[in-house]
Amino acid sequence: MVGIVLISHSGPLAVEVAALAAQICGTAVPLAPAGGTPDGGLGNSTELVAEAISRVDQGDGVILVPDLGGSVLTARLFEAPEVVVADVPFVEGAVAAAVSASTGAPLRAVLAAAEEARTFRKL
Amino acid sequence: MDTAFLTRWIAGIADAVRAERDRLTELDAAIGDADHGANLDRGFGAAVQALADDPPAAPGALLRLVGGTLISRVGGASGPLYGTAFREAGRSLGSSGEASEVSLADLARALRAGLDGVTRLGSAAEGDKTMVDAFAPAVRALETAVSAGAGEREAFEAAASAALAGAEATVPMVARKGRASYLGPRSAGHEDPGAASCALIFAALCTADQGHG
Repeated sequence: MVGIVLISHSGPLAVEVAALAAQICGTAVPLAPAGGTPDGGLGNSTELVAEAISRVDQGDGVILVPDLGGSVLTARLFEAPEVVVADVPFVEGAVAAAVSASTGAPLRAVLAAAEEARTFRKL
Repeated sequence: MDTAFLTRWIAGIADAVRAERDRLTELDAAIGDADHGANLDRGFGAAVQALADDPPAAPGALLRLVGGTLISRVGGASGPLYGTAFREAGRSLGSSGEASEVSLADLARALRAGLDGVTRLGSAAEGDKTMVDAFAPAVRALETAVSAGAGEREAFEAAASAALAGAEATVPMVARKGRASYLGPRSAGHEDPGAASCALIFAALCTADQGHG
């Protein structure tokens, strides 16, 4: 199954979005938050992101969902053929990616599903 | 230039960032998240420590170690950006970076590679109100000085003043990249903190050069 890492400046924000996505798609999807700095402050940590990637990597690829600014740059440091950054809204993109991953879809399909979240209309 | 010069440069950057920490944080408080001074102080302090703990034998390795340290220790957007700049600069020195000395032309090429790494990672161009607005003119000034056969002192002074002018020119700009871009027109009227810190980095080249002998 494709793994998903949520990268935010805020630890609690990443944790809660991961919980929300897990509630919708089920807990089978390897989903890990990587928010804030190791000491619990606001910011990004390459250490936390690297740990999260290794935790969710089941060999089918990993999608990184960053929130904004530095999270995007931090995510891009980890880009590799099987580690891709999704250019999507944080909450909607995370949920769409998790739902797609839960069906066992391959990396590119999960990425495409996440990217559809960019055009989701709420009204 | 040898590893002693580059070590002086990094130490000079750490000193300048510490001295200007509050100003960088104030600039960042105006249009960002008020952590630029503290983040860079921590990052360059860690880089100085890393160089002291395990002094690299060659300029390329030294710049790569600085880059890696900044990436893992800064914690804000400037970590990946400056980290990539130093890492790519170190990588570009390639085999010549494994020699004990690099020429002014080598350093100019390395900083050009660092700038390319930053613009690739951040997808930023000049005029977006980012560190690129100081970085790009500084590299151009350095390259021009090299082509004109200038000495190190003259070349570094040209690069430092180009970076400073570039940073000051960000004041009226509306940010198109980074956190400040979320503020839209509200970002105008403030100097970009990344451009300001980039000017300190180039100014520190002059200090490192003066410290020579």
